[in-house]
Formats: sequence, structure tokens, C-alpha cells
Amino acid sequence: MRGLDQQSLLGRRALLAGAAAGLAWPVLRVRPVAATPASAKAAMDEILKGREPTPGRVKLDIPVLADNGNSVPMSVRVASPMTASDRVRSIHVFADGNPLPVVGHFHLGPRAAKAEIATRIRLATTQTVVALAVMADRSVWSDALRVEIVLSACLDD
Amino acid sequence: MAQALVKIQAQAKRGEAVEVRALIQHPMETGFRRDDMGKPIARDIIREFVCTYAGEEVLRAELQPAIAANPFLVFHVLATESGEVAFRWTDDKGVVQSESARLTVS
Amino acid sequence: MLYRQRLAWGALALLLAATVGVAQEPIRPDPVRSGRDFQAPETRAMQDDDGANPGMLWVARGRALWDEAVGAARRSCASCHGRADETMRGVAAQYPRVDPSSGRLLNLELRIQQCRGERQDAPVPRFESDELLALTAYVAHQSRGMPVAVSVDGAARPFFDAGRAAYFQRIGQLNLACTHCHDANWGRMLRGDRLSQGHGNAYPAYRLDWQAVGSLQRRLRFCNTGVRAEPHPFGAAEYVALELYLAWRAKGLTVESPAVRR
Repeated sequence: MRGLDQQSLLGRRALLAGAAAGLAWPVLRVRPVAATPASAKAAMDEILKGREPTPGRVKLDIPVLADNGNSVPMSVRVASPMTASDRVRSIHVFADGNPLPVVGHFHLGPRAAKAEIATRIRLATTQTVVALAVMADRSVWSDALRVEIVLSACLDD
Repeated sequence: MAQALVKIQAQAKRGEAVEVRALIQHPMETGFRRDDMGKPIARDIIREFVCTYAGEEVLRAELQPAIAANPFLVFHVLATESGEVAFRWTDDKGVVQSESARLTVS
Repeated sequence: MLYRQRLAWGALALLLAATVGVAQEPIRPDPVRSGRDFQAPETRAMQDDDGANPGMLWVARGRALWDEAVGAARRSCASCHGRADETMRGVAAQYPRVDPSSGRLLNLELRIQQCRGERQDAPVPRFESDELLALTAYVAHQSRGMPVAVSVDGAARPFFDAGRAAYFQRIGQLNLACTHCHDANWGRMLRGDRLSQGHGNAYPAYRLDWQAVGSLQRRLRFCNTGVRAEPHPFGAAEYVALELYLAWRAKGLTVESPAVRR
């Protein structure tokens, strides 16, 4: 975290200019999978196993402009009655701009009351976060969100 | 011994979705950082967090270095019977810790 | 001609010195606003909810340490002070304060170190150690919601004057004093940050940047390196005096420890 990393200097200048101009940050909902680099795609393929995720039913919630990439609140909610036969088996979260694309795998057992998980995550830089939900009928649903990470003026290590 | 704070109500009605919030003190060291001397700092994260209720699984989370330091997890237990809600987590050093709470269902 | 020019410059310098003298009279930001107001809504929510505030992990550890017998004297904090929720209520709000026996100005960390070393005959916990941060956070937490109320008169006056002078002293390669960010420019953007008024009522605080709880002096050290000045060592008298000035300046705010900051 310490110091400036050269490659994103321009990006931050643009960010600063944007902030100075008081521009609103656009909320971008993007199509998952297509927008992700190779390693993230490979990680997702391990879950998808040839299936195609359908956008919908999953609601990924992250502040689109985060104060600090070290701890970004995130929640995933899936529309599901969570009955014995119609339920979410697992939720998977990916971040394509992190050194490792997998954020976490969350397996919901028979005692889970809601198809919902919240946590705080690390985002190394501005990037797209993808959530997949695997249902009991093996169908996969998804949501994706572009998150801007603000770089602080005052950085300690 | 690291601290952990688990919040769950003590009583619930049958069929109720009971919120669980777990906060665990852990550096979640990514393995990508270096110390002041330039030496890599070994990865040390909580790999797995499991919550069971009356012996059956509620949540099993496989965590990665992208989970923020001092992990915070929120999820819901389906109140079906009075029993123990148990939490167990394991880190890269093999340290296993646990916590539990009693849920009384009426 | 040259002489007259010099005289004119001299007069100007005197005039400037007088102006600066006036400018150095104590001022407080108006309206006074906690650093909490300068955080993102998610960060504020994290602070406000004890179940989500990671700083509470340090408070919980401090609670356990409070009752733990330590040192040759096998004495716990509770052996002398009883229940912290009764005896420590409002105490942190009065720190830094002058220790009557030594005449030194002590902040809460130094006071706890003194207890550990002199009264409990135990090893003195290092600055920024988990033990010292946990105990400090636990004691400070007992004053949460109470107004910051330090004494700056009597024995405290020379320390207050030194702290005030430090606050207005330009330092570092950037040649900035505390006042240039936190009086003249609070509320404005500095890259991705909104400059706060620079109060200390959050501390010990959980910083997302640190991914841990840290002391006000850790924050001051990183202000120093930010303006490219040499930081003082932890516990330095300069910092404790500055903490006293900051606490006086934070009049109207309440103790928030453990607050959450970006």
C-alpha cells in the first residue's frame, strides 16, 4: 500500500480531476464472465463446469465508490424460498483485479434460513466483482458490479 | 488467543430467520506483502469457517486472502429447535478455534 | 538608500511577526466536527454498530486483560480500580493530564504503562503492542459518548502552550503545520480524502488503512511523514503536549473510541 504505484498514477489523476469536478460516479452493471480476465474465468469455470450463468436472481451489493480497498462491505442476496428442494446451495464471489480472483466460496447448509451472505472484502484496485449462486436444481445465476477504489492522500503502511 | 465476537439472539420463534454476526480477530495476512527489510511475509489467513446448529451445517465458508483483516460474516440460521449454534474456524498455521451460543426456540 | 530599504524591510518583518503572533492565538474550528463526519457512510455504519466494529475486538481483549493478575505483585487492574465500567467512566475524556507525583504530562497509554511498571511490578507493554492498545481502547471505551474535557490550566499550562506552538509550527519538506490542513482546509478534498478537522477523539481507533487498532500517536507520526518531517518516537513529550492541545481544541466533541476511520 505504501507509496505511489506508477502504473495507476494517470488513473488517479483522472480520479482526482473527477472528484474535483464533483462528478457523480456511474453505477455500472456489467455482464459477468465476458468482462473478466483469464485467471478469473478459470476460477469461475471450476464452479460453472460448463454451465452458463444467467444474470438475475442474485443481488450483489457493494458501495460503488469505496473509501479504502482494505475493507469494502459486500453482501450477496439471492431470491430463493430456501425450501428443501428449491434453495441456494452455494454463493461464490470473484474479483478480477485482485492478485487471486477468488474472494470466497460460501456453502449454505440445510440450516441456513436465507440465501444471503455479508462480509468485508479487499479490492486491490478499481475492478469488477462477480457473484455466482448455484441452486439446488444446478442452475447458476449471477450478478456483477464495477467498484471504484479511492486512493487515499495520506497512506500509512 | 485471538478474540472473537459472535452476536446472535438467545431466543427465537420456530421458523424464524435468526441473524448471526461473527467478528474474528485475525490479520488475514495475504502472502503478497513484504516487511520493512523486503522479506516476504508468509500467508496466514483463516481458510475455513463453519457454523453448525443442532449438529447440522448452516454455513461453510472457504475464505481467501481477499477477505478483509478481522473477518466479519453475517448470515441467517433457521430456528427449528433449541440447540447449540457452534462456530469453528481454521487458519493457515493450523490453529483451530471455536465459539458457541445457545439458541432457545419456542 | 540601501539603509532606508533595509529599514523598510525590518519594519515589514516586525509587522509580519505581529500578525503571525495574532494568528497564533488559540482558535477552534467552527463548527466543531468529528472525524466521523468525514468518513463514507459505510465506515460510519461500521463504527456505529458494535457487532460490526472491529475495534470492539480490542475492547474485548482489554476487558479480559483488566481482570488478569500480572507481574511480581500478581495484581490486576481490577485489584486497584475495581470495575472499569464504574471507575473508568469519564477518565479517558480527561487525558492527557499532569501526573502530580512526577509533574509529567501523561496520555492514557503512558498512564497504563506507569501502572504496569510501577504498581503491578509487571513488564511495561510496548507502544502499539496489542496489550497496550487493548487496555487503552478498553479504558477509553468507558468514556464513549462523554465530552472531551481536559484541564489546560495550572500545572498543565506549560504543556498546553508547547502543544499549541507545535500545532502552528511549520515542519517537514512540505513546510506545513497542522493548522494548514486542519483549520485552513478542512472539508476540502486532498486527492481521495476529505480533510478532517484533525481531532483525536476517535483514538485508539480502528483504521481501515492499518487493518488494526492504533493510537493517536501512530496517527500523528503518519501526519509527520505525510508532510515529510521526521516523526518523534512513540511517547515523546512533544506528542503528548500536542495531544493536550488537540483535546482542548476538540471541545464540544465526545470520546468515540474505538472509532473507525478510513
